[in-house]
Amino acid sequence: MRLLVTSLFGIFLTLAAAGLASAAAPPGMVTLDTLSEHFAGVSFDHQLHQDLATCDKCHHHTTGETAEPQCAGCHQGRTTATVACRDCHSTQPFSAAFIREKERDRGRYHIDKPGLKAAYHRNCFNCHEESGGPTGCEDCHAKTPAGTVFYNPGSQSAKPAAGAH
Amino acid sequence: MSGMSRRKFLVTSLAGSAAVTLAPACKAMASGSFEGYPDGMGVLVDLTRCIGCRSCEAACNKEQGLAPPAQSFEDKSVFDQTFHGGQKRRTDENAYTVVNRYDPEGATKPVYRKSQCNHCNEPACLTSCFVNAYTKTREGAVIYNSKVCVGCRNCMIACPFQVPAYSYSSAFNPMIKKCIFCYETRLKNGQPPACVGICPQEALTFGYRDELLKIGRARIKANPDRYVDHIYGESEVGGTAWMYLSSAPFEQVGFDTTMGKEPIINNVKDFLGTVPMVLAIWPALFTGFHLLAKRQEHGTEGDHSNNEES
Repeated sequence: MRLLVTSLFGIFLTLAAAGLASAAAPPGMVTLDTLSEHFAGVSFDHQLHQDLATCDKCHHHTTGETAEPQCAGCHQGRTTATVACRDCHSTQPFSAAFIREKERDRGRYHIDKPGLKAAYHRNCFNCHEESGGPTGCEDCHAKTPAGTVFYNPGSQSAKPAAGAH
Repeated sequence: MSGMSRRKFLVTSLAGSAAVTLAPACKAMASGSFEGYPDGMGVLVDLTRCIGCRSCEAACNKEQGLAPPAQSFEDKSVFDQTFHGGQKRRTDENAYTVVNRYDPEGATKPVYRKSQCNHCNEPACLTSCFVNAYTKTREGAVIYNSKVCVGCRNCMIACPFQVPAYSYSSAFNPMIKKCIFCYETRLKNGQPPACVGICPQEALTFGYRDELLKIGRARIKANPDRYVDHIYGESEVGGTAWMYLSSAPFEQVGFDTTMGKEPIINNVKDFLGTVPMVLAIWPALFTGFHLLAKRQEHGTEGDHSNNEES
């Protein structure tokens, strides 16, 4: 009996440890495709970026550390339940409901929180620009057929540049 | 004074009292400029965020069903185009918004500036239109009814931002064309315009105009080294619904910084305010003078000629 309890407890501990490890361990690759429309989702190499920068460079304060003085006052040393961009940054930052809610909540501190698309792009693009990473649209995400039509409406026959005006 | 005739005295006193009556009325009509609807929406364009991808141009083209451009929206060579003595691209009948590239002094990277109708609080196009084709909606958009437009193009001359364009390509039904804030398809349903929705950088922030001013001030305060301490459009020509933040001095990135804070209409309001009164009062006033003079002439014909000489 004692043996059984001990072994069960052991299994429980192992599982718990494994569970904790999987929650805390950063992922290798992440697919960011919540918003894909004109461009396909991004296969984000989390491991690669983790080797290039500290967590708070992208995750602001959600991993418990922050280098931003204006964030530190409230967020320093506090981890959050989620570190996913989409859990804080709305996919519809300018919806009528959200704008009304912001206006009603006069005491709101974060009045200028970017939506998910801008959170991704500004985080990635601005850092790539500063550190010499790739900055072309299709360096990160391939254009979809819908995107090709969107950026090239009508027939794109070779017309002289002066014809644009 | 002793030599003054009864007629002269009457005329002088009448004219004087008319001037006294008219003066305050003119002033009342000229004052009280409109500061925008309280729930008017707007867009804050942050030039420090724009990367010149031209997605807004593509989204506008699609949303408004405009003619396809000669060059792809991915073609960045359009930034090198110049017209009429170095002028950069302008909005036209097939492009209600355009992005231009600027290289301000001392900047390490180019600055991109999106142009479109700024949707003034007190639009010069609207006030210049004698058939009332333009409307400033409660939501903040300046829209127009092309059915009543007579094609006079006064609005093109009146607009301080050179925005309204004319469809010269149409031989039989030419009309004014400009950004309408996606009013029909989006804004009146509480949605942001197509350009705002597509912007990958949120260089365009949509919201209540007064909230956008708070956001703009907060951005300048949080990053004083990044921004010029001014929100372009907060007060220019009486305030606009679309406003701009910039890292470079505004005059170096294609903005006219000399237009002042008064709505364009204020330049002519004093004069125009007197027109209805002139039309209403002058006929009666001068008919009165005429009748008085005539009566005088009939009554004292002999004295009259003497008085004229003295």
